[in-house]
Amino acid sequence: MKANPQQMRVTQQWPCAAPLIACRFDPSGEFVFASTEDYTVQRWRMADGHKISYPVAHESWIGALAFVDKGKTLVTGGYDGRILWWPVSGDKPQPLRAIDAHAGWVRTLAVSPDGKWIASGGNDHRVKVWNAADGKLVHELVGHASHVYCVFFHPSGALLSGDLQAELRQWDVATGKTVRTFDAKALHAYEPGERVDYGGVRTLALTGDGQHLVAAGLFNGSNPLGAVNEALVLRFAWRDQKKVRQHLVPGIQSLVWRVIAHPEGFLIGGCAGTSGGFIACWKEDVEKDFFRFQLPTVVRDLDLHPDGLRLAAAQYDKQLRIVTMAPKPA
Amino acid sequence: MLCDYACRSVDHRMARRDFLGGLAGGMAAGLGAAGGLGVLTRPAAAAQLSKEQKSVICIYLNGGASQLETWDPKPKTDTGGPFRAIPTSVPGMHISELLPQTARVMHHLALIRSINTNEFDHGLGLYCMLHGRRQTPASEYPELGAVAARALAPENSGLPGHVKIYPGGTGGRSADSAYLGPKYSSVALGGGPPDNSRRPDGLSDAADLQRQRLRRSIDARFAQRRRTAMTDAYTQNYEQALDLMKRRDVFDVTKEPAAQLERYGKHDFGRHCLLARRLVEHGVTYVQVFHTNYDTHNENFNFHMQQLGEFDGPFAALVTDLVERGMWRNTLVVVLSEFGRTPTINQFYGRDHWATAWSICLGGAKVHPGAVYGKTNANGTAVVDKQVDHANLFHTYLAAVGLDTTTSFDVAGRELPMADPASKPIEELVA
Repeated sequence: MKANPQQMRVTQQWPCAAPLIACRFDPSGEFVFASTEDYTVQRWRMADGHKISYPVAHESWIGALAFVDKGKTLVTGGYDGRILWWPVSGDKPQPLRAIDAHAGWVRTLAVSPDGKWIASGGNDHRVKVWNAADGKLVHELVGHASHVYCVFFHPSGALLSGDLQAELRQWDVATGKTVRTFDAKALHAYEPGERVDYGGVRTLALTGDGQHLVAAGLFNGSNPLGAVNEALVLRFAWRDQKKVRQHLVPGIQSLVWRVIAHPEGFLIGGCAGTSGGFIACWKEDVEKDFFRFQLPTVVRDLDLHPDGLRLAAAQYDKQLRIVTMAPKPA
Repeated sequence: MLCDYACRSVDHRMARRDFLGGLAGGMAAGLGAAGGLGVLTRPAAAAQLSKEQKSVICIYLNGGASQLETWDPKPKTDTGGPFRAIPTSVPGMHISELLPQTARVMHHLALIRSINTNEFDHGLGLYCMLHGRRQTPASEYPELGAVAARALAPENSGLPGHVKIYPGGTGGRSADSAYLGPKYSSVALGGGPPDNSRRPDGLSDAADLQRQRLRRSIDARFAQRRRTAMTDAYTQNYEQALDLMKRRDVFDVTKEPAAQLERYGKHDFGRHCLLARRLVEHGVTYVQVFHTNYDTHNENFNFHMQQLGEFDGPFAALVTDLVERGMWRNTLVVVLSEFGRTPTINQFYGRDHWATAWSICLGGAKVHPGAVYGKTNANGTAVVDKQVDHANLFHTYLAAVGLDTTTSFDVAGRELPMADPASKPIEELVA
């Protein structure tokens, strides 16, 4: 069945004890995981909503989730600077491994297409590459001058990273050198009155045809401390880094926490704003979103199920919502 | 204030004698003659204080710094957020991990964790914290800096007693001294010497001396028949400006050794802390340093990381520097905001205004080092022990620099209390 975003509806809603931060489906689609502000990870079985809570093992919030070992192992990145490995299945999971990864928050994780490497980015301005099987540090990439917000592997194995000041780099991991950069500066704001850097490359995606790299976050941050800003998605040609287009959510103050390139060619953004949370959708060649699905509160993270029909939204009101992009069965 | 100098009141006779004596010496107008006729009603106390001049450095974290991300962390609670608490140089005292350098000097400092001002508005909250009273249309009270300058500044100091440092400050005065008069109102600095404080290159010493003599002569002749408090203030401002120009280098942090500039950091806040130390070292009695912005309704954690990342090093450097120079026992340092921030984290990872359970940090002078006064509950939503308010804090600052806060200022025959007489200092905190 093809996804029809304009028929989005909440099909499941599962409560947690604390506001949610990040969410991901495991590669098989059997489970969905979410991290919460009480330092834990929750796992729900998609078929029936059966939930278990992973034990607290991080000393802080968990900001990033990823999967290795063909989806059998969950990897969590915490604001305590550590990365932990966990079993995906079983009702009493315990950490399999813990490493001290960054001096400061681990903000982002990504797994290489061949499953061998985990890339992490942190508040120490570093991008690090780890052996997924044993947790050993393989490469440390130095060059960012601010917090690394996002890491992303291209299907070719190329590694990209974006930071608070909207530097977007592609690395030669073997040499540690930056191969090229994409001009994502529009995603950064420095507000001289409030004297803060704001925005950054919050999320990256690659379109299904491999033609475009998409970076998203916010712009027009005229009052960062008051969340006065607008969502912005930048689309670059992968081949030559040229900016092809920008995508907007006109008329409301918001930002994009996560952008997903749907295999059927449209972009989906999990958004938060002063008017609440929503999921926005954009067509490739149109600047304005073609559909907006309002949710009760801000969307802090979003993920697409392997079936291409369902989305998981991590929300502030302590709910994980499953949104289905298909009409109700007759 | 239009003052009838023919009324022959005791105050006026004192003021006239001092004024004329000051002019004869070529110095600024004398005791209280400019901007009012205030004089402590206990001159013996003033004499005692003059032996060991005390000073105050107030660091104002504009916008409302989060107590949970600074002085009263609550990790692993529903309100604690992602940051951890770290041990400090005081056994048993923990503060936020965002202040690692400050943690190493906490044995010089104290915390008050039980503040309830119940004022959630920026302007009104700041008024409370800097005046020790709530704002009321009935009266205007002097700010802490004006009170400290009035009570502590040497009478013939060539430097202003009340200085505020913030980006964009140009040397102008603010109206924050109320009935104490413009002599004690703050001079705003932008991090260097006041604007227009350098004599134009084409004006020689001799020419300038001639100009000043002419001005004084004309002013004195005018004052013989038309002297008022306003003319006194006018004269005093000119004399102070002249003295300040002679001591312009005091305001120039580039005169400091490179190692000091490096230690404090080369951004504005670092340089401003260094300037504050420099001014206090040269006899300025109150310096307020401004750091912005902590009003983090949105992305509280990201922005506190940025702001405290800038605050931590220079603040720790300032404390250490004052200690090393032997200035700590005569200098009160206070770190305050207009309020704290909500324990509840909002949907934008922000915290909102919160004035019923929050904290400040202070130290030096007579403050007990390493003390923690007051307590909040497990998740910081309420004070559970030794609640205090802005009036208590105001009294405490003044007591810490050796002032008797039951004292009044005599202003044109009226006794006006130094601090809110309905309150008192936190006696446990002050030696």
